[in-house]
Amino acid sequence: MLRALFALAFCALAAGPAAADSWTDTLTEARGQTIYWNAWGGDEQINAYIAWVGQQVQARFGIQLNHVKLTDTAEAVARVVAEKAAGRTEGGSIDLIWLNGENFAALKSQNLLYGPFVRRLPNFGYVDVTGKPTTVVDFTIPTDGLEAPWGMAQFVFLYDTASVAEPPRSIQALLEWAKAHPGRFTYPAPPDFIGSTFLKHVLLELAADPKVLQEPADKADFAAVTAPLWHWLEAIRPNLWRKGAIFPASGPALHQLLDDGEVDFSMAFNPAEASNLIQAGHLPASVRTFILKAGTIGNTHFVAIPFNAAHKPAAMVVADFLMSPEAQAHKQDPRVWGDGTVLDLKALDPADRARFEALPQGVATLPPDQLVPVRPEPHPSWMPEIEAEWLRRFSS
Amino acid sequence: MAAALQQLAAYTGRRSAWLGWLPPLTLLVFLGPIAAGLLGTVLPAFGYLPALGGERLSLEPWHQLASAPGLGRALRATLISGFLSTVLALALTVLVFAAGHGTLALGRVKRAMTPLLAVPHLATAVGLAFLIAPSGWLARLAAPWAGWRTPPDVAVVQDSLGLALALGLILKETPFLVLMTFGALGQARADDHLRLARTLGYGPVQAWLKIVLPLVYAQIRLPVYAVLAYSLSVVDMAIVLGPTTPPPLAPLVLRWFNDSDLSMRFQAAAGACLQLVLVALAIGLWRIAESVFGWLARPWLCGGGRGGSGFLPGVAAWIGLALLFGLSLGSLLGLATWSLAGRWRFPERWPEQLSAEPWLEHAGRLLGPAWTTLVAGAISALVALALVTGCLENESRRQRPPGLGALTLLYLPLLAPQIGFLFGVQVLLVWARLDGSWLGLIWSHLLFVLPYVFLALADPYRSLDPRYARSALALGKPPWLVWTRIKLVMLLRPLLVALAVGFAVSVAQYLPTLFAGGGRFATLTTEALGLSAGGDRRVVGQLALMLAALPLLGFGIALAVPAWRFRRRRAMRAGG
Amino acid sequence: MPGLQIENLHLSVGGRVLLARFSLTVGPGEVTTVMGPSGCGKSSLLSWLCGTIEPAFRASGQIWLDGVPIAGLPPERRRLGILFQDDLLFPHLSVGENLAFALPRWIRGRRHRWARVEAALREADLAGFAGRDPATLSGGQRARVALMRTLLAEPRALLLDEPFGGLDRELRQRVRRFVFDHARWAALPTLLVTHDPADAEVAGGAVVEFPNFGAKLLPLRNSGRRPA
Repeated sequence: MLRALFALAFCALAAGPAAADSWTDTLTEARGQTIYWNAWGGDEQINAYIAWVGQQVQARFGIQLNHVKLTDTAEAVARVVAEKAAGRTEGGSIDLIWLNGENFAALKSQNLLYGPFVRRLPNFGYVDVTGKPTTVVDFTIPTDGLEAPWGMAQFVFLYDTASVAEPPRSIQALLEWAKAHPGRFTYPAPPDFIGSTFLKHVLLELAADPKVLQEPADKADFAAVTAPLWHWLEAIRPNLWRKGAIFPASGPALHQLLDDGEVDFSMAFNPAEASNLIQAGHLPASVRTFILKAGTIGNTHFVAIPFNAAHKPAAMVVADFLMSPEAQAHKQDPRVWGDGTVLDLKALDPADRARFEALPQGVATLPPDQLVPVRPEPHPSWMPEIEAEWLRRFSS
Repeated sequence: MAAALQQLAAYTGRRSAWLGWLPPLTLLVFLGPIAAGLLGTVLPAFGYLPALGGERLSLEPWHQLASAPGLGRALRATLISGFLSTVLALALTVLVFAAGHGTLALGRVKRAMTPLLAVPHLATAVGLAFLIAPSGWLARLAAPWAGWRTPPDVAVVQDSLGLALALGLILKETPFLVLMTFGALGQARADDHLRLARTLGYGPVQAWLKIVLPLVYAQIRLPVYAVLAYSLSVVDMAIVLGPTTPPPLAPLVLRWFNDSDLSMRFQAAAGACLQLVLVALAIGLWRIAESVFGWLARPWLCGGGRGGSGFLPGVAAWIGLALLFGLSLGSLLGLATWSLAGRWRFPERWPEQLSAEPWLEHAGRLLGPAWTTLVAGAISALVALALVTGCLENESRRQRPPGLGALTLLYLPLLAPQIGFLFGVQVLLVWARLDGSWLGLIWSHLLFVLPYVFLALADPYRSLDPRYARSALALGKPPWLVWTRIKLVMLLRPLLVALAVGFAVSVAQYLPTLFAGGGRFATLTTEALGLSAGGDRRVVGQLALMLAALPLLGFGIALAVPAWRFRRRRAMRAGG
Repeated sequence: MPGLQIENLHLSVGGRVLLARFSLTVGPGEVTTVMGPSGCGKSSLLSWLCGTIEPAFRASGQIWLDGVPIAGLPPERRRLGILFQDDLLFPHLSVGENLAFALPRWIRGRRHRWARVEAALREADLAGFAGRDPATLSGGQRARVALMRTLLAEPRALLLDEPFGGLDRELRQRVRRFVFDHARWAALPTLLVTHDPADAEVAGGAVVEFPNFGAKLLPLRNSGRRPA
């Protein structure tokens, strides 16, 4: 036992300087590289943050960062798969992807990711892997060092206190509310991730046994498990905005409907989003957030490097910078993005911790103790089938 | 003297060696990818795409396609918006000419329509959505009277039948058809025929419909088919104004191409083929309808009905034009207002404040795409102009009759739907390792820029009096000098207009940028489209406004430079 | 008062006066010839009579046709038939359809109308030509079809705008005879514009020489301005 501990300590000692050396090499290799980061580009605040990252890595590491704005992360997955199919095993067109869940599962299962590389990133040491287990388990799938955690997300609902006094706090209550107020509620069309996550909440709350959702879908009776979901969706459909004939394209599109007064609710995968949008003048000051009594889904989003990325060193340097206390604190600033940090604040030195503690709490942001319980994501295999079934029912 | 004559003979008789290579080169560079693109779409549609494990021909993709959710409704929206917009744009065009031919007002309409034509479809679409959406400007103006405190729950845009899309297409295609009709009037000797019909007792509208329309229609048939093909396969406008669950066929196919499940590519390829077939069938059907109408109209044509003064058609034409200009200008005004707006909630008619602040705030993110758009547009327009000028000069030196050359094939990209062959082009570019490169981007833009530049330049180039060049040659000047110092200078204005046309076409390209750019090139079009659903309306307004402004700027320069250059040459300022 | 009268016509373009205080009377069956060099305004006179003159021209004066003032009427209600040098047969219609196009609406029924067309063709020595494409006709045939078309519209006066200019000498004589005979037979007041003295001679009526009013083309304002 003692010997084992000793050996471990020795390894750690030996690995320490070696790792540092190789990281220095990585930094050297990365300098001067131009990388293409494929990241969903549907939110101006996030785009602005990515642009800030670009300026920082240019100034600090001499890396030219280009943001390839996606409307759906699946596009990037498709591109990597297509390059593999075309035999392009090096010099790929994507260096870094912002992803999680199904897209990660798809790439990992087909061995299309570079790595494991995450443990080589110095800042990964600050990540709170025990307090925030989703930083290493993505939608029930172990990350195995193939994707670096970037931010913490939790699903919240937005409502306008000027028109809704007491928001419904369960899926069933939401249906009753919609029936009483036809045309005032809708959700983004899946496979948009806000829309898909909304469907997950309906399913988690209505499923007879939510535990089966943690297992791959092919182990369960898909039709039986998801029946309550379809029943609920059909019941609410005639009471939806535009009678369920049209759905907004994305979360931001739903925010716009809320701001225009077309609907009374919106949804976000970021507890601070409402505050940010109020601050930026995109939502009325009367908007607040709430979560369901049974809790809402929380997850982590990551960055990963495709197996054939042309500029892996620079991609790793950027992934590391994204986890740095400075970049994480800047990201968590509600005036910037308001995305939760993946770091363990207790592990930071006082100066870095102070950055986080100085951040303002937005007017519409719930304090952490009201953001519980946090529910886990279902196994990623459920969503493609649910999305396909939704398309069959709602677009034909 | 003898030398001069020899040069004259050389100029007109023999072709210049390098010029002679240009037409085949142009055809190869541009028709090659299209042919390969079509093949690269048709083969996967029948299951053949070895890179994805499709090694044998099968009908499986078609079965997949047939059972794809929403296909029926997608086709319905496609057909309704495509045919409705083409029919109404053509009807409004005919009405305007029938009611207004020969009046000074029609000349003003022409001048006012030219800038409308230059505005990219996407900018019009975004502006129109700002205008007519339930939370849009028109609803805000009506809100006090209608008593709306929240926007009415009516699907005005993105309606499932595609009516909003049809309206957007009408706004863009009517100016195109009107300007094409103006060009055709001369060849049809419309003025002479119309005058004669009037003296035979025919009212202005009936005279135009019975005599000028059949003659002019023969001239604008190809543009009408192009409008039909475009309307049935439009992507950018459809994403903004068309239905979403499901979208019309072309955006639906694009969605399949982008699916992370790669087996969807087979279904997507089959969908792209369906789009090709649909357009071909639609044009065939239109052709048949032309004949049927022509046959049915004979008794009416020769029945002697003279018609009245045309007062009612005149009123209808003016209402139609007022709507067209009102909505088009209102769209641009809406873009401009949103781009400057502070807080602006329903049902406020005006933003709480208007300032340059939103522009300054987003300037950093606007400049990159604007620069990419500018560079891609300028290079592709210049390359296209060089190739087209070379081909036309070759044609004029060989004295080949215009229109018979294989160059007419260049019009193919205007009729074939982009989604039908761009996937194949992408495969070609990936194979050549050109995807995501500037070369690939500009090449793919050229496929569409080149035909328009050719269309814009061919007539003025061919109608330049050859005696200018001959007399210069007879003075002993070498051919290249005659070409650059005489012909090209005399043609400065049409050359610059063709350049501006090419630039405008490049600026508006969405699918080619997407497919060939590998997502790496963010242009104003791709950015505006990416943000059109739910993005900050200020940024969308700014992007769309710049999108509209760049081509207008191009045309402005194209008209201003010759005006300045020839400010002391009266003959060079006349019309043209 | 029967016939065609022009009263006190004043015609100018871009400040250039073409005609001033011009008056003229053509009785039924008479052929009056207007002669002059090109650009003197003689074709513009016919355009003004028809009501199809370009907006750039300024004109004042009155036209009386069989005692009715018609200067304020649109072209289609003036009932003036005109023949141009170019026959302007409509290329998308057959010969017979070109004629049927001109027939008044009150001649009803397809068979009835067609009978009138056939009769007109026989009169022009073109029996059996109804189905022909006008493009396949000879110059003389086209000229005759054009005249028949003008006459079938039942005009009250005939205007001839150098209609024989494009024909060769021999054909010119025959077509001229054909046109004048028909004009006289229909008792139409006819105004012929030409620069060929032989036309005037055969016409046999009054001859008006342009420029008419003592009259060079008077540049009234700054001559440097281009006509708009």
